[in-house]
Amino acid sequence: MKSFHPRLLKPGRYFMQGNIATAEAALIAGCRFYAGYPITPSNEIAEWMSRRLPEVGGVFIQMEDEIGSIVAVLGASAAGVKAMTATSGPGFSLMMESVGLASMMEIPAVIVNVMRAGPSTGIPTLVGQGDIMQAKWGSHGDYEIIAYLPSSVQEVFDMTIKAFNMAEKYRVLTIVLSDQVIGHMIGKLVVPDYEEIEIIDRELPDVPPEKLVYPFDNSRLIPPMPIAGAGYRVNYDSLTHDERGYPSVDRDVSFRLVSRLVRKIRENEKAIAEWEEYYTDDADILLVAYGCTARSAKEVVKKLRRENIRIGLFRPKTAWPFPWWRMNELSKRVSKIVVAEINMGQMLHLVREYSARDVEIVHVPYAPGYMPPPSYIENIVRGVYGA
Amino acid sequence: MSSSDRFRLREFAVTSLTKYYEGLEQVIRTDRMPHIFCPGCGLGIILKGLAEAILKSGIPINRHVGVSGIGCTGRLPGYLRIDAYHVTHGRAVAFAVGLKLANPELEVTVVGGDGDIVTIGGNHFIHAARRNHDINVIIVNNFIYGMTGGQYGATTPTGSYTTTSPYGHVEYPFNIPLLAYASGATFIARWTPIHYAQMVDAFLQMFEHKGFAVVEIIAPCVLYGERNRFPSYTDMVKYFRDRCVIDHEADLRKIGISLDPKEPLVIGNFYKVRRKTYEELYKELIERVSKEGAKE
Repeated sequence: MKSFHPRLLKPGRYFMQGNIATAEAALIAGCRFYAGYPITPSNEIAEWMSRRLPEVGGVFIQMEDEIGSIVAVLGASAAGVKAMTATSGPGFSLMMESVGLASMMEIPAVIVNVMRAGPSTGIPTLVGQGDIMQAKWGSHGDYEIIAYLPSSVQEVFDMTIKAFNMAEKYRVLTIVLSDQVIGHMIGKLVVPDYEEIEIIDRELPDVPPEKLVYPFDNSRLIPPMPIAGAGYRVNYDSLTHDERGYPSVDRDVSFRLVSRLVRKIRENEKAIAEWEEYYTDDADILLVAYGCTARSAKEVVKKLRRENIRIGLFRPKTAWPFPWWRMNELSKRVSKIVVAEINMGQMLHLVREYSARDVEIVHVPYAPGYMPPPSYIENIVRGVYGA
Repeated sequence: MSSSDRFRLREFAVTSLTKYYEGLEQVIRTDRMPHIFCPGCGLGIILKGLAEAILKSGIPINRHVGVSGIGCTGRLPGYLRIDAYHVTHGRAVAFAVGLKLANPELEVTVVGGDGDIVTIGGNHFIHAARRNHDINVIIVNNFIYGMTGGQYGATTPTGSYTTTSPYGHVEYPFNIPLLAYASGATFIARWTPIHYAQMVDAFLQMFEHKGFAVVEIIAPCVLYGERNRFPSYTDMVKYFRDRCVIDHEADLRKIGISLDPKEPLVIGNFYKVRRKTYEELYKELIERVSKEGAKE
């Protein structure tokens, strides 16, 4: 049984802003370090953390930029403290270098990206879903991350806790791809009894320091993590490194390391990926949407079902790993797929890649900055359906 | 050179380096010898000095943590038998900030080159100094990007020839002690590897000091020397021997380095002041919040 700090948000029902729910969830998950840089629309998370972390004995620091923020987060996590940062598009771009660093050093950490309209500075105060691809492909080299797509205040709370759990379990960077609508929405939140909340901590080496010969043992998919100061005296390297943590340019060392870094997520993708289905059993048209856009998409399904139009919703709750096997199964049962998202086509690529060859795929792009209203998606679906 | 010659040379390097670091095996990973440093480089001596200081510090070795970024100097902590983090280029100071805040019991030492710490990592350096984190930063200044083949950096003296300033360098260099002072560092020293005892002593003072400590080590680099006024690998060392002036009271505004053989190279333990660290101030903040309650 884990112990919970008495100053954490108590179990109960709340009416709360998504960004604040994110911060409270992080504290419940055990986060005790936050480093960040001001950026709209994520600021409420930093502001709330600066107020709340000292109450539970944690540390908040506002860094000089987003590069320093994520690096300090990795430093804190290397010292054994669960740590996070929150940001939005431009800051997320600056953090890409360290997405690779976290992957290479296998340091667990959480980034909450409250997505806004891009590219570049874009529209800071308004919503976007333009970071789906960057979250997975933004840093150089081969690596895997986990990314959640919350669609409500409750979900951003639940997924933030889960993000910490997955980061710790797989020694991987986990990203919560929230968005401006979810972050600024004030909605219902139920905090369950603490004993119902699963909290996962990273596995530590269970051997005395002098016995730990291979801290990056490739025979384990996820080797236990030696913490700074614990006596193991380990070299963590951003260079390609062998089982001892020493840099290496050896072909086999490189292959073993990098393949393990991706295998630890790929071999567990079915345990990690999550999605929601709504009226997919007999659907002929499949709507694919996520995050705030899925809220409009669901309304469309509700409305068209009343007209006996056989439409269903597939809502990925993890962008990465993408639930591709389910996408593939569903695509074989429908004749048309409509993908709605606030960008010019990002998850579209995943849907195309994993769908059956003969299915018709229609994309609904929407102006970055604005959430598509149900009527907009509905009109396009009606056009596709011919009704 | 034939492959058997190369093999013999490697064996010779292993034997001589193992002998050089004899007695320090507790803190130096002699199993990683030979290290990557060129003959004539200052880093091997700095490694030895830092290892000796760690042993003498009285702080348990397990509590020492090394952090570095990319570059020749960035490789140094990896040769120390301590917890070491070899992170991305320029980010070592920010990583060290996270480590120290998460566990203030750690003795965190950043070791980086001039390119790593004050060029690409300049922003992290000045802000960490401003906040007076209780971390140590050793800046090995060799006036050049050595690992990438000899390009100019933020400390390259005006007029120097490097692979990217083939017609002579037209920029003005940073004066690291002055930069550190202006940014808020609370301990500032500068030595060279030939002042071995003073260098080790500065490292020990740095460990003892509570606050942001900067020790600049002016190091010879054969890649810099051969294109400039120091063609032989001992020439820079000779220059240090002949032109270094120890002046602990030096005016930091006047100690910029030109590497002009006519100019003195001023070294010393320049500055030390006790100011509350970020870690101490934040600890007080936590105590205040737990006593008075959170802000409504």
